[in-house]
Amino acid sequence: MAITDVAHDAVDYVRPAEVAEEELYHPKTWLGKYVFSQDAKIIALQYSMTAMAVGLIALVLSVLMRLQLGFPGVFSFITPDAYIQFVTMHGMIMVIYLLTALFLGGFGNYLIPLMVGARDMVFPYVNMISYWIYLFAVILLLASFFVPGGPTGAGWTLYPPQTILPGTPGADWGILLMLVSLAFFVIGFTMGGLNYVVTVLQARTRGMTLMRMPLTVWGIFTATVLALFAFPALFVAAIMMTLDSVIGTSFFMPAIVSMGQTLDYSGGSPVLFQHLFWFFGHPEVYIVALPAFGIISELISVHARKNIFGYRLMVWAIVVIGGLSFIVWAHHMYVSGMNPYFGFFFATTTLIIAVPTAIKVYNWVLTLWRGNIKLTVPMLFAIGFVFTFINGGLTGIFLGNVIVDVPLSDTYFVVAHFHMVMAVSPVLAVFGAVYHWYPKITGRMLHEGMGKFHFWVTFVGLYCIYYPMHYLGIMGVPRRYYANEGSTGLPDWIPESAQVLNAGISIAAIVVASVQLVFLYNLAVSTTRGKRAGDNPWGATTLEWQTSTTPPTHGNFGKELPSVYRWAYDYSVPGAKDDFIPQNVPAGQETGDAR
Amino acid sequence: MVLAIILVLLVIGSVLFHFLSPWYLTPIASNWGFIDDTLTITFIVCGFVFVVINLFLAYCVYRFRYSKDRRAEYEPENKRLEWWLTAFTTVGVVAMLAPGLFVWAKYVDVPEEASLVEAVGKQWSWSYRYPGEDGILGTVDVRHIDAKNPFGMNPDDPNGQDDVLVSGSEFHLPLGDPVKVLLRSKDVLHDFYVPQIRAKMDLVPGMITYFWFTPTLAGTYDVLCAELCGSGHYNMRSRMVLEDEADFRAWLATQPTFADTQTVQVATVSGSPEEQGRQIAESQGCMGCHSIDGSPGVGPTWKELAGRTEELADGSAVIVDDAYLVESIVAPNATIVAGYPPIMPAYQLDDAQLAALIAYLNSL
Ligand code: HEM
Ligand SMILES: [Cu+2]
Ligand SMILES: [Cu+2]
Repeated sequence: MAITDVAHDAVDYVRPAEVAEEELYHPKTWLGKYVFSQDAKIIALQYSMTAMAVGLIALVLSVLMRLQLGFPGVFSFITPDAYIQFVTMHGMIMVIYLLTALFLGGFGNYLIPLMVGARDMVFPYVNMISYWIYLFAVILLLASFFVPGGPTGAGWTLYPPQTILPGTPGADWGILLMLVSLAFFVIGFTMGGLNYVVTVLQARTRGMTLMRMPLTVWGIFTATVLALFAFPALFVAAIMMTLDSVIGTSFFMPAIVSMGQTLDYSGGSPVLFQHLFWFFGHPEVYIVALPAFGIISELISVHARKNIFGYRLMVWAIVVIGGLSFIVWAHHMYVSGMNPYFGFFFATTTLIIAVPTAIKVYNWVLTLWRGNIKLTVPMLFAIGFVFTFINGGLTGIFLGNVIVDVPLSDTYFVVAHFHMVMAVSPVLAVFGAVYHWYPKITGRMLHEGMGKFHFWVTFVGLYCIYYPMHYLGIMGVPRRYYANEGSTGLPDWIPESAQVLNAGISIAAIVVASVQLVFLYNLAVSTTRGKRAGDNPWGATTLEWQTSTTPPTHGNFGKELPSVYRWAYDYSVPGAKDDFIPQNVPAGQETGDAR
Repeated sequence: MVLAIILVLLVIGSVLFHFLSPWYLTPIASNWGFIDDTLTITFIVCGFVFVVINLFLAYCVYRFRYSKDRRAEYEPENKRLEWWLTAFTTVGVVAMLAPGLFVWAKYVDVPEEASLVEAVGKQWSWSYRYPGEDGILGTVDVRHIDAKNPFGMNPDDPNGQDDVLVSGSEFHLPLGDPVKVLLRSKDVLHDFYVPQIRAKMDLVPGMITYFWFTPTLAGTYDVLCAELCGSGHYNMRSRMVLEDEADFRAWLATQPTFADTQTVQVATVSGSPEEQGRQIAESQGCMGCHSIDGSPGVGPTWKELAGRTEELADGSAVIVDDAYLVESIVAPNATIVAGYPPIMPAYQLDDAQLAALIAYLNSL
C-alpha cells in the first residue's frame, strides 16, 4: 500500500532536540503568569473565556429575537429597532468575536505548539499583545450597547448606504464603534495569525514533517492563512466606511435623498462595499469551518480507534477548499445588482468546492467504517457534526447554484442554511473539542452524564430549530423581519400554521439555550471535582498527549522536545501491542512496551 | 445503538417533513417555472445524498460499536474508492449546475419585446413609473427630487412628460407579456420581492438594476422588501395586481402622467374626508412606519392617537390636538416623541390634504 511513505517514511534515529531553558521567558510574578502571560496555553484560555463570555451575550440576543418571532408583540421592549440591533450584534459576535477568536486564538494557541512539538509560539510577546488587542476590540463592541442610539442595526453585513444613514438604529455612534472595533480585531488577529503560521512552518519538532501533522493543525493553519489574506479586505472596508461617515467621503455613497433630505454624497458604489465585504466574508466561513474540519477528523479517528481514512486527500481537500474560497465570494451577491454574467463564473466555482467538501465527509464516514467506535462524549459531538454538516453542505448547493438562489436569497432558507453550516456544525465541533481536550487542559475529565445530556438536547434541539426553518424560506418568508405582519396585515401566502411553527422553533431555541448552563456548570465544577485524567486518557497518538505533566507546564515538554517518527494516525496498527502508537515512538518499538 | 436509531429517525423525519409539511413554494404566477424545476432537481440529488450518507453513517455507528476484543481495520488509503467517490460527486454536481446555468442564461437575457415598468423604493415605501405613450422612460436624477417631484423626473426631458406615475400602494401589470422591471432606489438598498414570481433583485442607489418575468396568473400579490433597509424594512409593502390587458389599460388610464402632476392638482382621492385621508396616508407611505392597530412600528401608532398624552424626548408632555398633528406632519422634527428616532421626513401637503389626513387620524 502506498501509504507507507506517509506513515513510516524511513526515518532512522533522529537526535532529540534539546532546547535550552533560557529560551523561554519565565514570569516571576502572579500577574506575569496568569494575566500578562506569554505562555500560549494561558493566552489560549484568555481568548477562549473572553470569546465564550461574548458568545453568551450573543446567545441571549438570539433568545430575545426568537421571543419576538415566536410570540410577536408580546414583549413590548423588543421594538423594530431593537430587533434589528439584536440581529446585527448577534450575527457579528457569533461569527467574529466568538467563533473566529475561539478557533484561532483559543484552540490555535493551545494546540499548535503542543501538537507540532514546540515549546511555545515563536513570538510569545506579540502573542500576548494580540490577546489584549482582541479584548479591547470586544470592549469597544460592547460599549456600543451604552452609547446614544445603541448599537448598529445594519445587519452583520453592514451594507451601506443604510449603515450610516438615520433610518437605521445606531447610525452615528453604534456603527463607528463597530467599525473601529473590527479594525482592532483585525490588528490583533494579524499579530496572532502571523505567529500561528510561523510556528507551524518553523517550530515543528524533529521528524514532524508537514505530511505528518495532525489534521487539526492543518485546519487551523490553513484557516489562519485564509484569515491573513481575507481580513485586510474587511479592514479597508471598515476604514473607508468610517471616512464616509465621519468626514463625508463617498467611497460607498452615491447621490441620495434620505428621509426627504438631499445628502452631499455622490458617485460612490454600494456594490463595491459588498465585493470587499464578501471577499472577506466568504473565506470567513472557511476560517470557521476548516478548524472544525480538522478537529472533527481528530476526534473521529481517536475515538473510532482507527486511522483517518485518506489522510493525504484530507490535507489536499483543506488546502484546495482554502484556495477556492477566494474565488467564490460573489455567490452572496447574485441578486445584488452586479453584472449578471458574473453569475455563471461564481456558480461554477462555488459548486466545484462541493467536490473537496464532499470528499471530507466521505472520509469521515469511511473512517468509522470497520472502526471500533467508542461513543464518548467528544465522539457523539463529532458524529452530530457530520450529520448537521451534511445537511448544511447540501443546502449550500441550492444557494450556490445561481438560479436556485434567486427565490431563496434573503429568506429563512438562508438563515437555516448558514446556521446549519457555520453555527450548528462549528459549535458542535467546539463542544466536542472541549470535551476532548479539557482533560489535558485541567488534568480532569468532564462529567460524562452531564456531557451526554448536553449533547442530546443540543444536537436534537438545534436540528429541530433549523431543519423546519428551510421550509419557511422556500415558502418565501424573508429574513431580518421584525414581524411578518405589516401594516397591511399578513401576506396571504403565509398561513397561520407558520406562526405555530415559529412559536415551536422559539421554544426549542429557549430549551437549547438553557441547556448550555449545564455545560458551563460542568466546566466549572469539573476543574476541582472531575475524575483525574492522567496524561493520555483517550489513548491518543498526537504529541499533546505525550507530555510528562498534565496540564503541561510552561515550555510544554520536559527537557527534551519529542521526536516524531510517524504520522498522527497510527491506531489499531496490526501487530502493535496497544491499539495506538504515539507519534514519538520510533519504528520497531511499537510491539514492546511502547510507552 | 441509541445514536444510530436517532440518526435514522432524524433522516426519516426530515424526509417525511419534506413531503408532509404545509410550508412549500407558493403557487407560481410567472414564467419562471424553470426555477422551480431546477429547485426540484437539486432536491432530488441532494435528498438522495442526504439519505444515503446518513443511513450509512448510522449503520457504521451501530455495526462497528466498541468491543474490547476487536481491533479496527488499518486501512490508511484506498485510491480506487476515493477516485470513484470523487467522480460520482462530480457527476452529481454537474447534474445540478448544468440546468441551473441554462436557466440563468434565460434569466439574464431580457426579451426584446418586453415592456417597461420602473419600481422606485425609498425607506419604507414603493412607487412605480410607466413609460407612457412613447414607450420611453424619461431621465431622472436625485437632484430633481422634491415634494412636488418625488420621482426626480427631469422637467426638461420631453420623453418624461407622458410617463405615468403611480405613488400608491398598488400597481398593475398585464398578463402574458414579458415585462422588464427596472429598479431604482432613492436612499438605501432594497429588494423587490414577490415570492410568487420567484425572480427578485436588489435596488441599489446610484444605479439602475433590473430583472424580467412574464405574469401568468391573475391575482393580487404582496410586494415585500427583501434587503434590510432599516427600521421599517419589515413593513415596506405594496401590492402587484396581475390582470388581463383590457383591465390593465383601463387602470393605467386613471393614473396621472408627470405632466399632469406638474400642472393641475389632480383629484386622485375621493370619498369622505376620512376616506380621502386614508388614501393620502397610503400613497405617501406613512404606513411604512405607523400602525393603525396599536402594534409597534418605527413611529408611534395612530390608534387612539388624538387626545392621547405623548411624552416628548425633551421630557415635557403634550396632549395631541389638531395643531400638534399638523406640526407633526409638516415639521416632524420640531417635537419628537420620547423613544423614537428623529427620522420622519417633512411632508409638503396642501390644506385640503392636511384636513383630510387630520380627519382620518381623528377617526382612528
Ligand atoms: C441557539 C443558537 C442560535 C439561535 C437560536 C439563533 C437565532 C438567530 C436568529 C433568530 C437570527 C435572526 C434571523 C433574522 O431575523 O433574519 C439569527 C441571525 C444570525 N445568526 Fe444566529 N442563532 C444561534 C446561533 C448562532 C451561531 C452559533 C452563529 C455563528 C455563526 C450565528 C450566526 C448568525 C448570523 C451570522 C446571523 C445573521 C445576522 C444578520 O442577518 O445580520 N447564530 N440567529
Ligand atoms: Cu460564501
Ligand atoms: Cu426596503
